[in-house]
Amino acid sequence: MAYLKDLLLGFSLFQALPISVIYILTAAICAVVAIAAIAVVALVAVWFERKISAHMQCRLGPMYVGWHGVLQTAADGVKLFVKEDIIPATADKLLFILAPGIVFVGAMLSWVVIPLGPKMAATDLNIAVLYLLATSSVVAIGIIMAGWASHNKWSLYGSMRGAAQFLSYEIPTALFIIPPVLLAGSLRLGTIVDEQAGGFLGMGNWYVWNPFCLISFICYYVSTLAETNRIPFDLPESESELVSGFHVEYSGIRFSFFFMAEYADMFIVSALGVLLFLGGWHGPFGINHAFIYIAKVCALLFVTIWLRWTLPRLRIDQLMATCWKFLIPLGLINILGASFWMILTGKV
Amino acid sequence: MLLLDYFPIFIMASLAMAFAGGTVLASFWVGPRQDKSEKLDTYECGMPPIGTPHERFNVKFFLVAMVFVIFDIEIVFLFLWAVIFRRLGWFGLAEMGIFLMILVFALLYVWEKGVLEWASKAK
Amino acid sequence: MDALLHSLVFYILAFIVLGSAAYTAFSANLVRAAFSLLFTFFGLAGLYIYLGADFVGISQVIIYVGGILVLLLFGVMFTTNVSGQGTEKQTLQMKWGILFLVVLFLLLIPIAFITPWSVMPDAGSKALESSVSPIGVGLLTKYLLPFEIASLLLLIALIGAVVIARGEPKVRAEAAKEDTSAL
Repeated sequence: MAYLKDLLLGFSLFQALPISVIYILTAAICAVVAIAAIAVVALVAVWFERKISAHMQCRLGPMYVGWHGVLQTAADGVKLFVKEDIIPATADKLLFILAPGIVFVGAMLSWVVIPLGPKMAATDLNIAVLYLLATSSVVAIGIIMAGWASHNKWSLYGSMRGAAQFLSYEIPTALFIIPPVLLAGSLRLGTIVDEQAGGFLGMGNWYVWNPFCLISFICYYVSTLAETNRIPFDLPESESELVSGFHVEYSGIRFSFFFMAEYADMFIVSALGVLLFLGGWHGPFGINHAFIYIAKVCALLFVTIWLRWTLPRLRIDQLMATCWKFLIPLGLINILGASFWMILTGKV
Repeated sequence: MLLLDYFPIFIMASLAMAFAGGTVLASFWVGPRQDKSEKLDTYECGMPPIGTPHERFNVKFFLVAMVFVIFDIEIVFLFLWAVIFRRLGWFGLAEMGIFLMILVFALLYVWEKGVLEWASKAK
Repeated sequence: MDALLHSLVFYILAFIVLGSAAYTAFSANLVRAAFSLLFTFFGLAGLYIYLGADFVGISQVIIYVGGILVLLLFGVMFTTNVSGQGTEKQTLQMKWGILFLVVLFLLLIPIAFITPWSVMPDAGSKALESSVSPIGVGLLTKYLLPFEIASLLLLIALIGAVVIARGEPKVRAEAAKEDTSAL
């Protein structure tokens, strides 16, 4: 936003306008760019995932639409768009229509504070980390709404599981975000990233090298896998038991909104992981550029896809036990450890 | 912190809603429409649905949500503390130690009471 | 321009809050009424932020949307079909309700006029400090005792909730026999 605003103010035409108009204009441009970006991210990520999955199983994956099937997901998108719009006769129509919209808007709201590079967030809120926790909770409501409105047993069971899982894992996610916040003393993502600049080879100050933050990073990553319903934590959608969970009854374009939101959430949690622990856009030897940041996010996304073909799905009691009996106690101890470490190394 | 810093959120919410609504409407307009009543049934392994899905649920879900609310509030406090910890030092650590002790006690209590046991065992 | 913007934001937020709250109050469908609260909470968070209380606004969403609303929804969903009653709503205690409403309204009107409302500054003016650090410092120094007591209160609430939800040991033993709904 700051980047775009300065760019706009560079033109004499825009200098004549009141500053609030400039702000609103930049905000609108950012929003349009973000929505376009989410569509592109989803398209590319789905293709990426299908190709990686295929190669991990010695298959080729999509090959026909475009070079190595690169346009396959675009073709799928068009197909979903021209599908018949089906709402089950017994569904609660209003809630059925609203649910994908709420999940999608929730994901888009998180997107607002995620920067795409230095100074390139739609808005760099000084409470951004808490804001992300707030917007992510909207997804749980959307999932419950979809499950209830579908009037289908699979959907409702999937959504109940989904909500319970989502709520449970929100706590460890928040607990493991705290150590970087402790070290940076700020909730602004820009400040947290700037605190990680410099050091040995330009990477020495990344928070991930701090022992407590390393634990945090690993556990944060595991918790967010559960929050984005990824394997091995994809119980809300588990195809083999619940058909496909809370979105059984959704088809066509409505289904694609759930899909887009899921990939957007994947990207957002990976980006947050990079910003909090892996130095954001600070690369080796003091190079900092948006591309370095995007590359790190893609690396995390690759690991997420990799895990999908490595680990089997957990049972729900194992899932809950992992969260409440392992991650949460560890998170509390970790916070105490990190604060001790800060005092002992004289950072306070 | 200006009001305009929060404007992108407002605009994003309205644009995202407009995008979602517009796409669904356009899809509805483009897509075919056939009124076949079987198609409008909910999916239940290919058989006509039996009964209603809106049955009673296991109370565990409710208990987990309740424990979550308590922890959620405490986490908001933890974030407040984390931001100003640099200024507080040992004093802040001691305060948060007491606070976390109570939290751990809560966790141990629900653990002991079996709220966290998901698989139901016959007693 | 900025004044227009301010009032526009305020009225849109107020409309969202009042509209969704009215839907919650008057809708016959309990589940829809509960879902409508989502918009109420978001609108309220927006109003808090509009008044310069960013921390309160964000925590409002975290706690109310993420926690309380899910709890409410679970509550509504779990109790349908228990007494053969659907998601229809009944109105009870109309008289007392109206009386309470009038008294509350009369109390709130003077407060609305007495309070010195501060709003978020415009683009031209000086930026407001985030309210996170002042609230944090206040809670951890001046209001330390209430802060720790609050955590104790939360613990008590949790214990009470678990005791009520688990039921009496005798009832629980009977329920365990019939409990086949292991999800």
